[in-house]
Amino acid sequence: MADASYPDDLLYHSEHDWVRIDGDTATFGVTWFAQDALGEVVFFDPPDVGSTVTKDESYAEVESVKAVSDVIAPLSGEIVEVNTALGDNPEAINDDPYGEGWMVRVRLSDPSEKDALMDAKAYEASLS
Amino acid sequence: MADAPSQTLKRTPLHDRHVAASARLVPFAGWEMPVQYAGIREEHVAVRTAAGVFDVSHMGQIETTGPQAAALLQRLVSNDIEALQVGASMYGVLCREDGGIIDDLLTYRLEPDRYLTVTNAANHERDFAWFAKHAEGFDAEVSDARDRFAMLAIQGPRAREIVQSVADAPLPGRHTVDARTLVGRRAVVCGTGYTGEDGVEVLLAPDDAGAVWDEVVRRGAAPAGLGARDTLRLEACLPLYGNDLSEDRGPIEGGLGWCCKEDTGFIGADAVRAVRDAGPSERLRPFRLTGPGIPRPGNPVAGGGVVTSGTLSPCLGIGVGMGYLPADRAEIGTEIEIDVRGKTREAVVAERPLYRKERDG
Repeated sequence: MADASYPDDLLYHSEHDWVRIDGDTATFGVTWFAQDALGEVVFFDPPDVGSTVTKDESYAEVESVKAVSDVIAPLSGEIVEVNTALGDNPEAINDDPYGEGWMVRVRLSDPSEKDALMDAKAYEASLS
Repeated sequence: MADAPSQTLKRTPLHDRHVAASARLVPFAGWEMPVQYAGIREEHVAVRTAAGVFDVSHMGQIETTGPQAAALLQRLVSNDIEALQVGASMYGVLCREDGGIIDDLLTYRLEPDRYLTVTNAANHERDFAWFAKHAEGFDAEVSDARDRFAMLAIQGPRAREIVQSVADAPLPGRHTVDARTLVGRRAVVCGTGYTGEDGVEVLLAPDDAGAVWDEVVRRGAAPAGLGARDTLRLEACLPLYGNDLSEDRGPIEGGLGWCCKEDTGFIGADAVRAVRDAGPSERLRPFRLTGPGIPRPGNPVAGGGVVTSGTLSPCLGIGVGMGYLPADRAEIGTEIEIDVRGKTREAVVAERPLYRKERDG
């Protein structure tokens, strides 16, 4: 498992999700802190492409050997792609949470919602 | 993920070693216990293929002594304690009058009139109160021995070899118990465990536990936490009190009829006999999923029934569990549907154990 890191080019939600915004779409995933707290991820249950996600509400589940946890949407929109590779390789969420461990891509319904998110510095400060 | 108030949690004599080994510590039954070190799956595989060492010092002990110690235990415990030989162990349950299970316990006969019963951490105080209450009228003494012992479980195909290498004499065999010296420390060594593997459980004075822990780790036993202990016992279909066993159900429903000897007259024997004679309405059964998903305790089963334990089996790579099923739908091979948080997951009732080395290893 990699060392703790919180890339500067991402935005963060207090429920330990990250967002990479690219125009009117965004990629979601969970932070290093989240995957460390979960332990080894053994199952990722993705939502369906075309379904809507709502900021601050659960859109997927990740499971470790011990427990299941909701993944909270940092922003609202429609899912346009899911990371199907996590089906066979859920441990990518541990090994590379900001890369191979990405979860969904979303067409944002209200890009201004991002103003409520934290930058890396603020998120990291919230953890201590 | 709020931190529990750690000042109220008890710590085992090995706490500093767990911290030094970067264990993830969690509150468990009033104790601060290691749930994992290197990772649940890695620890699980270590126990299946080599050896692991668990700190199980949270478990309680009750000592029963005196001329009528056996008679008292015969009244309390479901199994035939009066048939227990010196140096042997016996599993049984503690029942209420109505047959509800208060705890499941292992009792060792250390000397002719001296027995040691190992309790589950969460039930220890209640068990001891139950023992003390029913000891009246018996020429026997019960004492709470929890603070006198630390307890280690060394489990896996290499466990005996490792413990033997630090012992003064051959280790007791399976299901037997004897005093030995390990790393120069006096210990009670028991050929028991909770993983489905061979191995031993060791009772030590709290101050002696660290030396034995250090030496078995140095000789190849991987520190293993409660997370791996749970996945190992579930693959082996060993029930866990609080999940699979509770006061709400009896031992026949829980598949523990084999350790209930109603003719001994234990508390609850009449109720247990009635269920055995009539046949239980539900049975605790292992199952495995035939597709994706991981069952969890509390998931309902279509047509009746409930999951009481569930995980992703590290050895089988699929979702497995145990649960109570209606007796007429509990046959091995029966297809069941489990509602896992709104998603229907297909499963099949399996034979015990879920994992068998010769077949699955």
